[in-house]
Amino acid sequence: MFKNGMFQKEYLGRTIVTICGFFMIVLTFFIGIFLVYKGSGTFTKYGHSITEFLFSSEWDPADNFTGGGKVGAAIYIFGSISTCMLALCIATPFSIASAIFMTMISPKLGKRIYRPAVEIFVGIPSVVYGWIGLTILVPVIRDRMHQGFGFSVLAASIVLAVMIFPSITTVVADAIENVPKEYIEGSYALGSTRWQSIYRIIIPTAKTGVLTGVILGLARAFGEALAVAMVIGKMRAFPKNIFSPTSNLTAAITSDMGGAANGGEYNIALWTMALLLFVISLLFIFIVHFITRSGEKHA
Amino acid sequence: MKESYNRAKIMNHIMTIVFYIVAGFFLLLLVSFAGYVIIHGFEGFHISLLSFDRNGIGNQLFNTIYLVFLSLFVSVPIGVLAGIYMAEYAKKNAFTTFIRICIETLSSLPSIVVGLFGYLVFILMTGSKWNLMAGAMAVSILTLPLICTVTEDALKSLPKEYKDGSFGVGATHWQTIIHVLIPASMKRIMTGVILAAGRGFGEAAVLLYTAGMSTDINWTNWNLSSPSCPLNPFRPGETLALHIWSSRTEAIMPNAAQIANFSSAILMILVFAFSIGARILGSHFDSNSSSRKETKIDKEPVQTLLQSKY
Amino acid sequence: MRKMKRVLAVALAGVLVLSMVACSNKSSKEKDTETATTEETTSPDNSATEESEAPAATEASITGSITGSGSSALLPLAQDAADKFKATNPDVSITLNAGGSGEGLKQVAEGTVDIGNSDVEAEAKLEADQAKDLVDHKVCVITMAPIANKDVSEKVKSLTKEQLIGIFTGKTTNWKDVGGPDEAVVLVTRPETSGTRALFTKYALDGKEEASNASLETDDSGTLLQSVASQKGAIGYVALSYLVNNDTVGTIGIDGVEPTLENTYNGTYPVWGYEHMYTKGEAKDAAKAYIDYVMSDDYGSQMEALGYNVASKMTVTR
Repeated sequence: MFKNGMFQKEYLGRTIVTICGFFMIVLTFFIGIFLVYKGSGTFTKYGHSITEFLFSSEWDPADNFTGGGKVGAAIYIFGSISTCMLALCIATPFSIASAIFMTMISPKLGKRIYRPAVEIFVGIPSVVYGWIGLTILVPVIRDRMHQGFGFSVLAASIVLAVMIFPSITTVVADAIENVPKEYIEGSYALGSTRWQSIYRIIIPTAKTGVLTGVILGLARAFGEALAVAMVIGKMRAFPKNIFSPTSNLTAAITSDMGGAANGGEYNIALWTMALLLFVISLLFIFIVHFITRSGEKHA
Repeated sequence: MKESYNRAKIMNHIMTIVFYIVAGFFLLLLVSFAGYVIIHGFEGFHISLLSFDRNGIGNQLFNTIYLVFLSLFVSVPIGVLAGIYMAEYAKKNAFTTFIRICIETLSSLPSIVVGLFGYLVFILMTGSKWNLMAGAMAVSILTLPLICTVTEDALKSLPKEYKDGSFGVGATHWQTIIHVLIPASMKRIMTGVILAAGRGFGEAAVLLYTAGMSTDINWTNWNLSSPSCPLNPFRPGETLALHIWSSRTEAIMPNAAQIANFSSAILMILVFAFSIGARILGSHFDSNSSSRKETKIDKEPVQTLLQSKY
Repeated sequence: MRKMKRVLAVALAGVLVLSMVACSNKSSKEKDTETATTEETTSPDNSATEESEAPAATEASITGSITGSGSSALLPLAQDAADKFKATNPDVSITLNAGGSGEGLKQVAEGTVDIGNSDVEAEAKLEADQAKDLVDHKVCVITMAPIANKDVSEKVKSLTKEQLIGIFTGKTTNWKDVGGPDEAVVLVTRPETSGTRALFTKYALDGKEEASNASLETDDSGTLLQSVASQKGAIGYVALSYLVNNDTVGTIGIDGVEPTLENTYNGTYPVWGYEHMYTKGEAKDAAKAYIDYVMSDDYGSQMEALGYNVASKMTVTR
């Protein structure tokens, strides 16, 4: 290696950064491969079928190496989906409204106060949300509304909704800001009021961004573990209504992974749940990419 | 005609009011949430809460900061270098798109999945017990994409003249990067690092099976290889976020709830301090480079979200 | 910039140093649990420097680290013993967690922790070839009590075994059927890996399985206690050690016998079991010293204050 030759000046650096760039791919692949390797054991080693895992609600895996238990994770999958969907329903209208407020109704106030506040809230640890949910929300549901346990789908959904609200708001606000000014000015020139401009022009144009925000919020809600585990009650049954407790994928993994013997059927079934979560988050990313690309085509 | 015009005007006013109410409500909600956590946490504050034994959170606070520091140690070099690659050397082909997808995947992994992966690779496969280093490396899997994205954006938003001028005096590409571009974008990279640190503070699910849930350090012991030395990264260590979780589950101390409240308050304050600090740093030194809005048009909203926090 | 290079160099050096320390530490930690010889060679150095600081101890100060996890029922005792042990051996670092007996057994079999605490025998939860490596130390006896929310326990002081089974299997859904207030029965239980649950199922429910799909599962005894205390109509089970200074819940007797230490000693109360501390292979060094301390008469006299039965005082055995 000559001291001041081209190698030192250029190629050494270039090689290092290229390696780092590749490292990202390697890391992602590593994680994917490990999860597939561990998670597919339910199907290969213990001979269960994918339909049983996804659609059967009998969850009774044997905590040993011979298998023979049941691995129907439908209860958990349903719990995950229902809490996340409900959280989205709660958070999205408010998010969109807040985003519109921040960008259109009161941009000065938005930029100085609202937007920084929202962006700071994106960073609050989820355990804090879970703890507050446990100490405030659950007793309220239990005592004020007299609905049984307090731990419920509703509690989990509210906690998730508050968590994903800042995320969705930020993305939607960005999308609205990206709508070309000419559209808005043209709309005003034709005599429409601000509200008409919003619902006729801006929202449809920012549709891509709104959808992206929603999907990203959904992805974050899906992957949330500890906060949900604190308020969902962990009852292994389908919820009768939104006030009954249930369980979801992440809470099941959090609680049971420590105790299941490594490599036994129970353990591998939990890894399969983790694999499912991974696949779902990959799915969300692809959906987001698909939406943005088709949005660009139209715009 | 006049009727529909009046109707439209009334609708406009109504919706404006609706928007004010909704936004105001949510702002109030968030502010009161933060206020409640902080005030409730400091209710009945006793200096013993900050102590470094089982009744206080001093150990956990130290662990949290130390762990984040360790994880930044790992993720900042790799992240910055990867960002340099993406901004300067990567060609616009399918391969680069693939790297981008990988970065987004890494950033949006459910944290429990990353925690399990960390457990598998850093604990089971190396045969060690719970330790801070494993936790730090697991957290760095999550902060790595953030730093990479921030570096890439910072580099891309520099004015082209910087590069041209440097090439003009005969520097190679790499020399330009090291001597001109990185220093120029250092402030934005620092902002990203601070944001990543903020995220690292809040991680709990990742650390559940990697760094362990208990902490026992002896502050008089500075023998680096001893497991009770505070600076030994290969000892188990509980962080604040996990402490809240374990106060709820194990809860044998009589003041478990109070400790959880206090830990929440301290965590909130830490995260706020870091977020606000990053903003101030960012806006202070943003004068030279293009405004934030301009940069955003280049990227998809996805990148923005991943950049701020997931 | 030269400054940059220097910073990078220092950082790299730091990483190198850390990794060297790491390697030396990891290898010494692994040797800690495998061979005793390395410990002997390093400890004289440490104890030499430490003995001058520590108060005069009759034996050489022990160093090392002990990690333990498992039964939440045993956790209060383990932590109390750890505190007292460290008073005379300040150089040992002891980290303890709960997680349930199943978790403790699994982790000690895997080598992730030094001591696995369990309310049940290892053979009950592990495969035979995993369990044969583990060495059992019976440290005390634990009594499990049914607990209920205050508004229930005020009216219901005792339940027969059939009533108990009916409640836990989900057949009885309202407290008024057993003489309590008109409230729905809320079952608060533990996951299947829990030793507390295993003991309760075996001796209080005569082996009948709980209605898993109608109960709130809580991770540890502490949470169970909190949940029962705050839910109206809740019933659960917990070790006596959690009820020592706690009157947020009420206990319910079984067939007229109150769950107390005396009733376990004289054999009238059936729901009890031995507490095991398992180690993989023979206990070594710090772990051995700690376990010896826990099983000593010196500590045994303090156990009852914490709500545990001393094994030697039992009039019945299992």
